[in-house]
Amino acid sequence: MTGNRQLLSDTLAAAKAEGRSALIAYLPAGFPTVEGGIDAVKAAFDGGADVVEVGLPHSDPVLDGPVIQTADDIALRGGVKIADVMRTVREAHEATGRPVLVMTYWNPIDRYGVERFTAELAEAGGAGCILPDLPVQESALWREHAEKHDLATVFVVAPSSQDARLAEITEAGSGFVYAASLMGVTGTRASVGEQAQELVRRTRATTDLPVCVGLGVSNRAQAAEVAGFADGVIVGSAFVQRMLDAGDDADARREAVRALAADLAEGVRGRA
Amino acid sequence: MSSQFFVPDPEGHVPTAAGYFGSFGGKFIPEALVAAVDEVAVEYDKAKADPEFARELDDLLVHYTGRPSSLTEVPRFAEHAGGARVFLKREDLNHTGSHKINNVLGQALLTRRMGKTRVIAETGAGQHGVATATACALFGLDCTIYMGEVDTERQALNVARMRMLGAEVVAVKSGSRTLKDAINEAFRDWVANVDNTHYLFGTVAGPHPFPAMVRDFHRVIGVEARRQILEAAGRLPDAAVACVGGGSNAIGLFHAFIPDEGVRLVGCEPAGHGLETGEHAATLTVGEPGILHGSRSYVLQDEEGQITEPYSISAGLDYPGIGPEHAYLKDSGRGEYRAVTDDAAMQALRLLSRTEGIIPAIESAHALAGALEVGRELGPEGLIVVNLSGRGDKDMDTAARYFGLYDADASVAADQAGDGAEIEGDAK
Repeated sequence: MTGNRQLLSDTLAAAKAEGRSALIAYLPAGFPTVEGGIDAVKAAFDGGADVVEVGLPHSDPVLDGPVIQTADDIALRGGVKIADVMRTVREAHEATGRPVLVMTYWNPIDRYGVERFTAELAEAGGAGCILPDLPVQESALWREHAEKHDLATVFVVAPSSQDARLAEITEAGSGFVYAASLMGVTGTRASVGEQAQELVRRTRATTDLPVCVGLGVSNRAQAAEVAGFADGVIVGSAFVQRMLDAGDDADARREAVRALAADLAEGVRGRA
Repeated sequence: MSSQFFVPDPEGHVPTAAGYFGSFGGKFIPEALVAAVDEVAVEYDKAKADPEFARELDDLLVHYTGRPSSLTEVPRFAEHAGGARVFLKREDLNHTGSHKINNVLGQALLTRRMGKTRVIAETGAGQHGVATATACALFGLDCTIYMGEVDTERQALNVARMRMLGAEVVAVKSGSRTLKDAINEAFRDWVANVDNTHYLFGTVAGPHPFPAMVRDFHRVIGVEARRQILEAAGRLPDAAVACVGGGSNAIGLFHAFIPDEGVRLVGCEPAGHGLETGEHAATLTVGEPGILHGSRSYVLQDEEGQITEPYSISAGLDYPGIGPEHAYLKDSGRGEYRAVTDDAAMQALRLLSRTEGIIPAIESAHALAGALEVGRELGPEGLIVVNLSGRGDKDMDTAARYFGLYDADASVAADQAGDGAEIEGDAK
C-alpha cells in the first residue's frame, strides 16, 4: 500500500487550476472523542475543505496556543492512541477520497518507530506528515521512510528563515510548504500581517511547491486576504474553538465545523 | 586560557557540530527558533574566543558571585557515611544561594552582546529564576520568569524574591504545572518574541548549543573542587556526587574529573515516593531515549511517546528529562546514576543541618543522601566530594511541614529528641 502524496499534489494543483487557493483544515484526533474527531474531519470536508491535517495529540505541544492545548489535553485524557489517529485518517479518507495528513511532534513518531509509523500511515491512506519540531537537519531518517511509502514531508518555514535556509528546506520538502504567517504559536489573531505575504514571495523564489499559509487565520475575510497571495489557507484553532463552543451536542459540533469550512471555502475563492 | 573562572571545555567532550554527544543531543526545534538558536551558538563561539568576555565574566564571578566557593570538610556528617571523608563544594555560598548564578551571568553577558533587551527563563525551585532576575536587575534587562503553578506554591519565597528583583513571574497552569510545563511556556514566549528576547535556559538540556554552553559556564565548579581537594586531602576523590534534575550542577562538578578515571561520577536522581510507585523523576534510571525540549536524551515517557508526569518533593529535580551529556555519560559507563527517595533526601537534609550547621536545598540533599550510601560502600578510606548546589532557605516551608516544625506539638518534641543515630537509621 502506498501513501497518497500524489493525491495531495493533484488536489492542490486542481485548486490552482480553478484560480483559487486551497482550504486546509486542522483537527486533532480524539477530540472530543475518537468518533467525534472523525465526524469533525468529515464535516470539514463536507463544508469544503480540500485537505485535512489530523493532529496527533502530544503531552507537550510547545508550538500550540491555549486552544489546541485544551483539545490535546481532552484527547489525551480520553486515552487517544496512535491507532486512533490512523483510524481517523483512514475513515476520513475513505469517506471522501480526499487527502489527509498527520501533524504532530517528533517524539511520538520516534518512540513508535519511524518505519512502523510511515507504513501504517500509508496503509491508512494518509498523504504525508507535518512535523514542526523536526528541522530539516534532523529529518533524514524520517524522509527516507516517508519517501519509501509515498508520503509527503511538509516543512514549516517562518518569517525568520533566511533565504538560503528557505532553499534548503524547500529542496527537502514535498507536497507543499507550510508558511507560518507570523512568529508565534497556533491560535487565532485579529490580523494576518504583511510578514506572511513577504515570506510566501521569498519561499516561491526557491521552489515550485505550493506555498500554504497557516497560523492566525480564523475567518472568511482573513482567508480571502491570504488567498490573494498564497496557494493554500490553513485553519486550525478556529475550528477547535467552534467545537469547544458547541459543547456536548455532537450535531451542533458537526454543524459548527461544516459551517466554518463552508464560510472559509468562500474566502479561499476570493469572496470576502 | 588565562581566565580563572570562565573555564570552557578545553578539548574533548565538545559535542559534534550538530550538537551530539554520542547519539544524544541535537536540535529539535521549530523553524521559527532556528535563526535565534544559531545566533546563540555563533555569539557564544565568538565570546569564548574573546579575552574581554572572559575578563568581564571572571570579574563578575569574583566580585559579584564570590568565587571561588569554599570546599568544606564535614566530619560530623561523615560519621554517618561509613567513616569516609566528605567534602562539600559550597555552591550554596554563591550570591543568590545556588550554582545557577554561574550560568546566568555568562548568558546575561551574551544577551547584551546580542543586543537583546529582554530575557525569559523557566524555573523549578526558583533558584534559576532568582539568579536570572538578579542578573537582569544588574544588567538592566526586562525579565519574565515562567514557573509551574505547583512550584510557585511550594517555593513561594523565591517567587517573592524574583518579584522584589523586578521580574514578572508567570504561574504556568498547563500539564503537570511544574518545570517541564514552565519550559513549554517559555518556548512559546520565545517563538513570539525572539527579535528582542533571549531565552536564558537554566540547565544542560535544550537544543544545541545550550547543553555545552551551560556546562561550560558551570565547569568552574569542578575545576575549583579538583584543585581544592588536591590541596586539602592530597589526592583525587574516589567519588564526585551531585543531584541531577536537568543536570547542570552535576555536569559542572563532574566535568573536570572526567579524565580522572579513578573518580566515580555519581548522579543522584529523585526517586520521589519510590521507583515502584511510579511517582518519581528518575529519568536516567527508568526513562527511555526520546526527544523533549529540543534534544534527544533519556525521557520519562509512555510507549507512544507521551511524556509522563514526574514527581519529586524537590521542585528543582521534578523534571522528566535530562541533559544529553548525562545520557552519554551513562551509556558510556563513565557516569553512574542512582535514585534517592524523598524520605532519604529529607533525612539527609536534617542530618547535615544538625551535624554541621548547614541547611541544604532539598535538591542538594539528594546528593547528600547519595553520598551517605557511597561512603558506606567505600568505607573509612573513602574520599568524597559532594556538590552542595544550593542553600535550603527556600525549602523551609516544605521542610517544616515534613518534619512538623511549625507547631510546638508532640511531634516536634519527639523530633528534637532525635539524635544522629536515629537519623542515620531513618536514612536507610
